[in-house]
Amino acid sequence: MKFGVLNFPGSNCAEDCFHVLDKVVNQPTRYFWHQETNTTDLDAIVVPGGFSYGDYLRPGAIARFAPAMDALKEFVEKGKLVIGICNGFQILTEAGLLPGSLIKNKSVKFLCQDQTIRVENAKTPFTQKFHKHELLMTPIAHNEGNYYIDDEGLAELEAHHQIIFRYASQDGTVDDSTNPNGSVSNIAGICNKSFNVLGMMPHPERNAESLLGNAQGIKVFESMILSFTNSGN
Amino acid sequence: MKPLWKEAGLTQKEYDLLLQHLGREPNPTETALYGVMWSEHCGYKNTRPLFKNFPTTGPRILQGPGENAGIVDIDDDQVITFKVESHNHPSAIAPFQGAATGVGGIIRDILAMGAKPIGVLNSLHFATPKGKGHTKWLISEVIRGIGDYGNCIGIPTIGGEVRFAETYRGNPLVNAMCVGLMNKSEIQTASAEGPGNSLMIVGNLTGRDGIGGASFASKELDETNQEDRGAVQVGDPFMEKLLIDACLEVFAKDFVVGVQDMGAAGIISSTSETASKAGNGVEIDVSLVPTREAGMSPAEIMISESQERMLLIVKQGREDEVNAIFHKWDLHAVVIGNVTNDGFLRVKEGDVTVAEIPAASLTDAPIICRVGKVPDYLSKTQSFDESSVSLPDDMNATLQKLVSSPNIASRRWVYRQYDHMVQTNTVVRPGGNTGVLRIKGTQKAVTFSTDANGRYCYLNPKEGSKIVIAEAARNHIASGALPIAVTDGLNFGNPEKPEIFYQLEQSILGISEACRVLDTPIISGNASLYNETPDQGAIYPTPVIGMAGLIKNVEHITTKPFKRAGDVVFQVGDFSNEIGASEYLEVIHGKISGDVPKIELALEKRTQDFVLNAIQKSIINSATDIGDGGLAIALTECLYETKFGASIEIPESSYRLDALLFGEAQSRFLLSVAPDNMKTFQSYAEQSNIPISKLGIVNSSGNLRVRYQGESVIEQDVTTLESMNEATFPEMMR
Repeated sequence: MKFGVLNFPGSNCAEDCFHVLDKVVNQPTRYFWHQETNTTDLDAIVVPGGFSYGDYLRPGAIARFAPAMDALKEFVEKGKLVIGICNGFQILTEAGLLPGSLIKNKSVKFLCQDQTIRVENAKTPFTQKFHKHELLMTPIAHNEGNYYIDDEGLAELEAHHQIIFRYASQDGTVDDSTNPNGSVSNIAGICNKSFNVLGMMPHPERNAESLLGNAQGIKVFESMILSFTNSGN
Repeated sequence: MKPLWKEAGLTQKEYDLLLQHLGREPNPTETALYGVMWSEHCGYKNTRPLFKNFPTTGPRILQGPGENAGIVDIDDDQVITFKVESHNHPSAIAPFQGAATGVGGIIRDILAMGAKPIGVLNSLHFATPKGKGHTKWLISEVIRGIGDYGNCIGIPTIGGEVRFAETYRGNPLVNAMCVGLMNKSEIQTASAEGPGNSLMIVGNLTGRDGIGGASFASKELDETNQEDRGAVQVGDPFMEKLLIDACLEVFAKDFVVGVQDMGAAGIISSTSETASKAGNGVEIDVSLVPTREAGMSPAEIMISESQERMLLIVKQGREDEVNAIFHKWDLHAVVIGNVTNDGFLRVKEGDVTVAEIPAASLTDAPIICRVGKVPDYLSKTQSFDESSVSLPDDMNATLQKLVSSPNIASRRWVYRQYDHMVQTNTVVRPGGNTGVLRIKGTQKAVTFSTDANGRYCYLNPKEGSKIVIAEAARNHIASGALPIAVTDGLNFGNPEKPEIFYQLEQSILGISEACRVLDTPIISGNASLYNETPDQGAIYPTPVIGMAGLIKNVEHITTKPFKRAGDVVFQVGDFSNEIGASEYLEVIHGKISGDVPKIELALEKRTQDFVLNAIQKSIINSATDIGDGGLAIALTECLYETKFGASIEIPESSYRLDALLFGEAQSRFLLSVAPDNMKTFQSYAEQSNIPISKLGIVNSSGNLRVRYQGESVIEQDVTTLESMNEATFPEMMR
């Protein structure tokens, strides 16, 4: 399975994602430069975290106009897998590939810490190696991770099981006290309706090796690989 | 009217010397250039004679002081490079930008060595905030500035310290350190080699920001400084991220012969330093420099401290290829002049020569030899009678007060605002003994720390400075690392005052002696003098020690928290009766007095070697040094973030109980050892002739119980202590 890591100026987690794909799950991987448009050799694209274009204007607002984004939209329409992490999630909402938006943390401060998240839907190409309500400790590091969607949109996400991860406590409780940034309904990650685009604020590439704390995040990438293999490739 | 040279900050003696160098009167542009280059900040005129005391060589040291940063060999053809730098005065008046550009500046020093920056640290010193006042704003803005820059640029903030003392109320300290990693073959030097080669300015545009920053840093702060705000630079971390990516791409080709970052005194400093290092000259045409605004004078262009700029010395004929790479990153790379062979720094504006100065004279600021005088306060503090301090009635209440005191409280509120995990190398995060980074593709890890103790250095400049080094090294040992090198940030008052010069001199002597014995040469550093305000006078003498350590096998990485119920708790080292200069004496008794604890460096070294060897034998389950707040605080720190408790019995002695619990006797560690390994550990200590005391057992009670002479002296629920320890910063900063 060949991965592309979309690289905008300022995408400072691109190398981290590249490392996990290339060295930890051992898949062929290349950078996909923001000026590029040819995705034919790629089976999945990671839109990494960081500060694309310095987060000027607002996170993701400038990145969505890059030539690579048109190619990314076509890639999604073909049903191929795209995962946006942190700033990548922000870019995907700005580009309209995922509903809702990410606004400033309720604390108005940057927040970097380990965070327990709960798997809400384990039947997606990104989560099939997890079981439902499995808990994982995955780092977050963001200033604008507060997921916002109106009531109608939330009802739709719920109805289609598009909420993939929620912020939780270490014993699995999901409530206001376990919500680090003010996100609606504790949402940490969502899919589109076709379940081939995932956006998540936590960084699974940061807990993909046990030396760095735990290796639970690796299952996100392994799920993608499994889904690719199972689809007859 | 003052003569121009006086305006530029030069003394009569310096001006006379300048006349000798030039053989004529300088024009106003030349006077301005000498003014900044011969400022303390650029010229180190007060400190250079003292620096010769520093040990700067060793088998691992590939580059000592004199380059943008020093270089240490970490085996396998890999090297690390690091340096600490101050940004105190800018942060005092514009804390967000001051702190942010402090981080940005030190990152460029590391980049200029050819290395990829892999971590930043800081050392911050403030007064404790009172209500909603200025200090709280200052602290919060400095932290936001550091976070904003480091987070955006994608370099993890892996460690640092925040310390509080009233002395920093008007003059906070903001020191930043950066660490880089590269292969030996990738090292760059700051040298303008090869006449005919091009000088290229890359990165940001040059503007009027930061004009005179170097001179501003070289005088005392007072009311009028608010007018100096124009001397504070403005940072753009996104631009710096692009600059790093573009520079590393260019360095990988064979186009560049020399690199220098543009920090203090901008173009003039970077060009004259690279020229004089190579023994060459340079010719610069200021009209070629891309500027942010029209109408800048040649002197303004030459001394502007606009951020995110680098000077590259590029092989003749390779300029277009360099420019193409920068263009890919939406940056420019512009030829502003070339290397010459006549030794002159020649500044032109089009065809008109506006300055012509021997390049070497600019970088060789005249040394000022001063004589120190023992400060009066020392006789009073040194004769402090510790026996006049009465024992607290309730050690439980004393412990609670200490765990929640600002210097001991958890820094989580601070470091959660910094991305400390990006680059996915951080094995031990802030809050641990040191920041530990694994090195991808190897079994190695490197450890980094910053340490200072202003109160110790104030109460005994020489011995206190030794302790700062020893304590720093202990943190690395406890992490399982061999300490390998040091960078020093010397923050002092006005050296023209003999008492301050005495502190500076004694501190440097102490640092030098400790670094020699502990085998941690000094590879880079920075001096920030004139940290004084009219109201409060000088700050505590505050040398900030940045240290690096090497772990050959990640399996030896050791951390603070206890690991298993049933493990045996040992103290390595001896108790003492000392309470002078301690955190306990200040927090509980309100006294900043006494002498610092005694330190014997030879014993310190033997103790450190013993602990590191024990760790490498894989018989130690947890380790920390015993420092601020003594044994009792070290115990609490080993219990936080665990579900454990501990049952401790302090060995019978003739010492006062507060000294046993909270005293800061030196050369001590707190370790836990599995019962199966206890015999091995004890016999190894005996062989090594290192004193150890078996203190007790880790248990699953969730309580810390300490007994002495058959009586319970501390009995505390760990959760309560931990929540007090965590609550201080959020409450203080609310």
